[in-house]
Amino acid sequence: MPELTYADALREALREEMLRDPRVVLMGEEIGVFEGVYKVTRGLLKEFGPERVRDTPISEAAIAGAAVGAALGGLKPVAEIMYMDFLTICLDQIATNAAKMHFMSGGKLRVPFVLRTQYSLGRVHGAQHSQFFPSIFFQVPGLKVVLPSTPHDAKGLLKAAIREDNPVVFIESGMLYRIKGPVPDGEYVVPLGQCDVKKTGSDITIVAVSRTVTEALAAAMKLEEQGITADVIDPRTIQPLDLATILESVRKTGRLIIASDDVKCGGIGSEIAAQVVEEAFDSLDAPILRVASPDMPIPFSPTLEQAYMPNAQKIIEAAKKLIG
Amino acid sequence: MLRKMIEIRRFEERVERLFLQEGALIGPSHLYLGEEAVAAGAIGALNENDLITSTYRGHGHAIAKGVPMNLLMAELFGKATGTCKGLGGSMHVAIYPEKGSMYATAIVGSGVPIATGVGLGLQREGKRRVVMTFFGDGATNTGAFHEGINLASVWKVPVIFVCENNMYAMSTRADYAVAAESVAARAQAYKMRSAVADGNDPVSVYLAAREAIDAARNGQGPTLLECVTYKLHGHGVYDKGDYRPEEEVEAWLKRDPINGLEARLLKANLATQSDFEKIEKEVAAEVEESVTFARASPVLPFDQLAKYVYVM
Repeated sequence: MPELTYADALREALREEMLRDPRVVLMGEEIGVFEGVYKVTRGLLKEFGPERVRDTPISEAAIAGAAVGAALGGLKPVAEIMYMDFLTICLDQIATNAAKMHFMSGGKLRVPFVLRTQYSLGRVHGAQHSQFFPSIFFQVPGLKVVLPSTPHDAKGLLKAAIREDNPVVFIESGMLYRIKGPVPDGEYVVPLGQCDVKKTGSDITIVAVSRTVTEALAAAMKLEEQGITADVIDPRTIQPLDLATILESVRKTGRLIIASDDVKCGGIGSEIAAQVVEEAFDSLDAPILRVASPDMPIPFSPTLEQAYMPNAQKIIEAAKKLIG
Repeated sequence: MLRKMIEIRRFEERVERLFLQEGALIGPSHLYLGEEAVAAGAIGALNENDLITSTYRGHGHAIAKGVPMNLLMAELFGKATGTCKGLGGSMHVAIYPEKGSMYATAIVGSGVPIATGVGLGLQREGKRRVVMTFFGDGATNTGAFHEGINLASVWKVPVIFVCENNMYAMSTRADYAVAAESVAARAQAYKMRSAVADGNDPVSVYLAAREAIDAARNGQGPTLLECVTYKLHGHGVYDKGDYRPEEEVEAWLKRDPINGLEARLLKANLATQSDFEKIEKEVAAEVEESVTFARASPVLPFDQLAKYVYVM
């Protein structure tokens, strides 16, 4: 199977969907002439022209609002918000307009657009260019939330997201853009709402999201050397969340760790833990542990940032705490 | 146009009674009383297949765009037969894509960039359709307004931005809060065409809208059209608007848009008093029928709500 980087896989998805559907239009800051800050949109302006690859002013509220409107006006926009930190600037359009349109119109309005963004934790970008807070969208029914962790999933999930009839927030990891992985030739999509069981074991379940999937797999390999085998599960989308696959694993292992880059309090791990406790309390042999970022802003110093971030070692320590 | 204005006026008066006297309606509601000439004039200048987006003060836009009154009243009652099946309410009642009324937001200013996006869709479609979006003077102080009209101007999309300058954002006077010579003057900062119309004169609004619409259809981009008008009511249905100087209210009452248009039609021998009476009678029946329809309609069963969260 050919290998592609995560960024190239995303670009293939955009390109294929633009060829497939003339309604797909890209908009965002620096996506055209500059070809994207992380070069995800490289070559697309040249191939599709400025009508379909639209550079915008630095206007996040207008980018998101125009994506919502363009979806109402018959297009399938893919808007890019350069850093996830800037999502707060346009949250009104995403959370209070887009997410509620289908519902509050009694099912009449459809706003099929994808809002691509990325978080740069691990890239020494400091407190205002590294944030990762997908769990706020747990409070916003009406949106779908996608978090690809591999080039394969990045392509397949983005294609599925573009074909969605609902608004999708598509969160990439800046740390993953240059990693390579197998991506099949030809057409495929990865449906939203299906976990990927990356590895199977019997002693512990590790659910990991986005960048921490790689860390979880590394931790699982190390644990295996010590005789502890783990299920490693990547939910890939947290809205919808494929709880069934997670529950099935927890019923087998009786132990659960949830790893993610967001701060621990009220994060992805908190919600998954709550759902597992509600559904499978009797199957648990130990407390659920979350391996997440500490409840503080992200420090700039590269040394401190490394100490701040979840990693394989922290996951191993959590696993040992559970197994003893 | 007169007919539409009378429909809006009598509908809103009935809604006001349903809230304040009969206690039949509850929740926030923002009446269009006094501003009828803006919706009737501006939407009257659109083609049937052109689009609009509205706001939480949207009853008038909906009626002017041809949304059936029965469905509007049913929505205000929260009934399953309403424009939004009772899930939207007064602030979103104008959402009725069947008639090209594409959205109604309750977040001040947020409809501006959305209209820019709808305009992009119409520009790409290439059928010379336009979208007209409504908002108040207060909205022009939001960031979304400035980002939205800047982007519209950059992209030259076929949008008519209609500001209903009714002089007040709740109780905050526009001459205090809008740091510009006028709302229309803000367009200059964005290289955008602008116009000012007398928002209590439907002919003035119509002519200005016509010009903006023609420009948009011909690829000349968006226009910011300021219509200067006045609420005959406070901000919401429960607000008496008693923060406004009495002389000011009285002066505007004398400029009632419906009385003004009727007087002109009589003077020009284009209509008679009995024509007006006929319209009033028909409209009164239509309004009463909408109340009967709304009262008799069912509420959506709660167990059906989940299917409206996502497109399945």
